[in-house]
Amino acid sequence: MSDVKKVLFGPILANNPIALQILGICSALAVTSSLSVSLVMAIALTLVTAFSSFFIAIIRNHIPNSIRIIVQMIIIASLVIVVDQVLKAFAFEISKQLSVFVGLIITNCIVMGRAEAFAMKNGPVMSFVDGIGNGLGYSAMLIVVAFFRELLGAGKLFGVEIFATIQNGGWYQPNGLMLLPPSAFFVIGLVIWVLRSYKTEQVEEPEFKIAANSRAQEAL
Amino acid sequence: MASSNDSIQKTIIVALSLCLVCSIFVAAAAVGLKPIQNANKDLDRKRNILSAAGMLVPGKSIDEVFQTVETRIVNLQTGVFATEAEIKAAGINPATYDQKAAAKNPQLSVALSGENDPASIKRRANFSAIYLVKSGDDIDRIILPVHGYGLWSTMYGFMALKNDFNTVIGFGFYSQGETPGLGGEVDNPNWKALWKGKEVYDDQGEAVLQLAKGGVDSSDPNAIHKVDGLSGATLTSRGVTNLVQYWLGEEGFGPFLAKLRSEGAQ
Repeated sequence: MSDVKKVLFGPILANNPIALQILGICSALAVTSSLSVSLVMAIALTLVTAFSSFFIAIIRNHIPNSIRIIVQMIIIASLVIVVDQVLKAFAFEISKQLSVFVGLIITNCIVMGRAEAFAMKNGPVMSFVDGIGNGLGYSAMLIVVAFFRELLGAGKLFGVEIFATIQNGGWYQPNGLMLLPPSAFFVIGLVIWVLRSYKTEQVEEPEFKIAANSRAQEAL
Repeated sequence: MASSNDSIQKTIIVALSLCLVCSIFVAAAAVGLKPIQNANKDLDRKRNILSAAGMLVPGKSIDEVFQTVETRIVNLQTGVFATEAEIKAAGINPATYDQKAAAKNPQLSVALSGENDPASIKRRANFSAIYLVKSGDDIDRIILPVHGYGLWSTMYGFMALKNDFNTVIGFGFYSQGETPGLGGEVDNPNWKALWKGKEVYDDQGEAVLQLAKGGVDSSDPNAIHKVDGLSGATLTSRGVTNLVQYWLGEEGFGPFLAKLRSEGAQ
């Protein structure tokens, strides 16, 4: 039981796919300018990761090694197409906003990474749980980033005005940078900083040491 | 086990059967959900038309309101409503006419280049679906589709005019990919509200409606033809001006609207 718990909740803080493994960054930059879009993206990615891991785990003993990446890609791509079609049918507005990014779940490193690292070696149920867990880790990060970006960039949360912006006669001057993708780098960086201050075991060994300041005479 | 998996036979069998299963799965989803998706698209188009005309009533279904709207096809080359024969020859169904697709079809469109193409749309369809709202037999308002290039994207929208075919009732884009927070402010309801009551044509009948950089000075005699530009989005603003002037000008709906103005609404 504790195993399931570890697999399910481990990726949220202890082993976050974005914060620790630095995977899936591109979609985290692209879709996080509004909370509702991020939420749908998070759900879509969680489902795709869980089910692709599940199916890959089922046939893992029959996948020829030489074409295993292609086999994983086919399963992931099929699931993504299905998710895209379902969104177009039942959440048309949001699918318009997500546009190309649903299709790009196929290239999201988290999905592929979990398939290759976990589902190829574990049973279907455990792989499914692992997929959900990593999806949750991704979701948590996406929602934190989107919270700050939408709040500071547009003065809104879920499209509801929190800070009255100057354009609408209020006091808040929206920070346009927060709406542009690069700002997600700053937010993700800050989150990683906070996370690593709290969980110091995540801090990596420096690859090299910066030498202490040399004295002027020595330099000559 | 591992070695038998890697035999050529097994590899081919696994690859083929997986592809087969996946393709059935994907095809079933795509075909099965198609009707719902098309209904969504249609609803979305109607919503945008009604919202430009200021006819969205909360609590009333869009289909219900849309029944009062009449779809007609205009021949942009002759500047009059397309005749039955023309519509038939072009194979158009007014209810489902897709101008975006028609603009790509060489038989249904003309190529534009250089000076003829201020809105940077490259090809213009010969026919355009327009929407009339009638009160009795008279046209009450008319809704025209417009599109053109902004900074990053082609912006698609609708402009609704009063029955003098000059005064704007509403204007808005339903599809655009401009910079969020800057050019993307074309979707801001406060900005869209500025269009209401503006006039498209000057005394000479030229389409002069435009965005003014730095805001409209209310003492300007031409203020009626100007809307505040978007701050920080010069190129998007320019694109909006170009597409409005193109579609309401000589090459677009200009001759058609001029005819309606002189004949009176029929």
